[in-house]
Amino acid sequence: MFRTSARQNPLRSSALHLVLIVYTLICVAPILLIIMNSFKSRRGIFGAPLEFPRGETFSLEGYETVFTIGNFPLYFQNSLIVTIVSLLLTVVFGAMAAFALSEYRYRGREILTLYMILGLMVPIRLGTVGILNMMAAAGISNTLTALILVYTAQHLPLAIFVMSELMRQVSDDLKNAARIDGLSEYRILFRLVMPVMRPAIATIAVFTMIPIWNDLWFPLVLAPSEETRTVTLGAQFFIGQFVTNWSAVLAALSLAIIPMLVLYMLFSRQIIRGITSGAVK
Amino acid sequence: MGELAFRNITKRFDKTEVLRHIDFQIEDGEFVVIVGPSGCGKSTLLRIAAGLEDQSEGQVIIGGTDVSLAPPAKRAIAMVFQSYALYPHLTVEGNMSLGLKQARTPKDVIKERIAEATRILALEPYLKRKPGQLSGGQRQRVAIGRAISRHPQVFLFDEPLSNLDAALRDQVRMEIADLHRRLGATMLYVTHDQVEAMTLADRIVVMHDGVVQQIGTPRELYKTPANTFVAGFIGSPRMNMFQGQANSGVIRAPGLPPLPLPEGTALSGPVTVGLRANGLDLHPAPGAGADTSEVVDIDYLGNVCYLRLTLPDDATMVVEQRPDHPFSLGDHVTVTVQPEEVHLFDPEGLRI
Repeated sequence: MFRTSARQNPLRSSALHLVLIVYTLICVAPILLIIMNSFKSRRGIFGAPLEFPRGETFSLEGYETVFTIGNFPLYFQNSLIVTIVSLLLTVVFGAMAAFALSEYRYRGREILTLYMILGLMVPIRLGTVGILNMMAAAGISNTLTALILVYTAQHLPLAIFVMSELMRQVSDDLKNAARIDGLSEYRILFRLVMPVMRPAIATIAVFTMIPIWNDLWFPLVLAPSEETRTVTLGAQFFIGQFVTNWSAVLAALSLAIIPMLVLYMLFSRQIIRGITSGAVK
Repeated sequence: MGELAFRNITKRFDKTEVLRHIDFQIEDGEFVVIVGPSGCGKSTLLRIAAGLEDQSEGQVIIGGTDVSLAPPAKRAIAMVFQSYALYPHLTVEGNMSLGLKQARTPKDVIKERIAEATRILALEPYLKRKPGQLSGGQRQRVAIGRAISRHPQVFLFDEPLSNLDAALRDQVRMEIADLHRRLGATMLYVTHDQVEAMTLADRIVVMHDGVVQQIGTPRELYKTPANTFVAGFIGSPRMNMFQGQANSGVIRAPGLPPLPLPEGTALSGPVTVGLRANGLDLHPAPGAGADTSEVVDIDYLGNVCYLRLTLPDDATMVVEQRPDHPFSLGDHVTVTVQPEEVHLFDPEGLRI
């Protein structure tokens, strides 16, 4: 409907595009600024912050600092491990919990659903002290495991909420046909239900992955040591109380965008399908 | 060997009873159709037979074995669903073989079974396609093929034709009838469509509100419905029902001529009179009178006509006529009843 009316009216269509282009510029500008300035010398950053790097302002000193002084390959590895493992755990356990909540009838199911969803309303940072004590008692502070556990717990509620709503829409007949064919409940979940829900899972993956990758709080509290430092925490290394090495900070941040960009591109086709699946049929 | 028996099955969801004391048996090789309005519990009963739903009380016996507690895959059944329920990521061949692979059937047996199902349903051209590339009728044929390849003792059908359009529905219905003749297998088929029930079934089970109303051949149900529900449900158009009084050998109902009671019955008090559209005759009347009805609607169907009449007391009645009948809208007519076509029910709705 919308597409045809837009096509019939070029004025309206161009106005729409104008609004979208302006909005895109507003969104992209800060990122562009970071990337632009990461290729400048310190003088260039402060002398002409809005200009593209040119002859005398162009410099790779930020990137050189990042790769020589900091231990960035390790930080990247840490961030990737934490993000990907948390993501996998969230999706796998979220799907299993959602299946249990949406598929079976048993006593206390409503209470259990509410309990799971309650996590959406409680800001996890309020529990930082408790979490820190718990991790110390368990002897896993300053490990990536601590971060993975916290992030998985933090993102499970949303995953369960979204997936259990969607699983209700997967045809009962299909699951029953599989039961008659003798498939186990696990295979029904992972081989039949999850593939049907691929767009939803991609959406959940993105909403889980970006906050984990960007998080500064828990790495700072739970895993600040050199070996477990994540990229966001590592970039702080260049921000001092009195002197900040801006070109290095910006270079570190520019690099930090890349993995997320790659993962987003992997998921994006599914996400677009997920977002539009209800609207366009 | 392929009998299916329900022994006193009761099913409750929380406190509501959706099935009450269901107790009947389907003989080996018999085609039984369960029919009833939506919400009568017919699908629940089928799902209990398949093991997809637990009964609250009672037993399910398949082929002489009590399978009340067995999981679906161990019951020697196969099921065909309304929504086809094909695995979207597998080819037609994969859909038919998955259950067999799961049961660790030897490879050559699987191949043989698939070849057999393919031959029976002429699925050869589609074997390598995925369900998404097939039409509705083809998908349902594949679903039936999947059932055949399992070599079950009992086939279960859950409204398999409801998602198909009218022309395809007739075609697939005939294929199912052929299939039953060729395989001679026990089949239990659930539908809300009485045409499917009448044409396919050896015996029909009519259900209403979780209770079996009557079990019998299509002819028995039509000729001698056990109660007013079955009388109203089986047969199209619906049987005309009137409240009347029986007194000294004659039944009087408003708007109807007096009806003689059947020989040998001494009955008095309130009765329900059921008259099928084809058990009535019409005669032209000169004008409106105390015992005349008015033709208010004529449905012309080609081979027959259905006339809707308004009786003197404003009740309506549908009468079947040959297409060359002499009546037109607004005509006044008198109705006479063919005595052998009168169905009588007591105040509880049971057949007298």
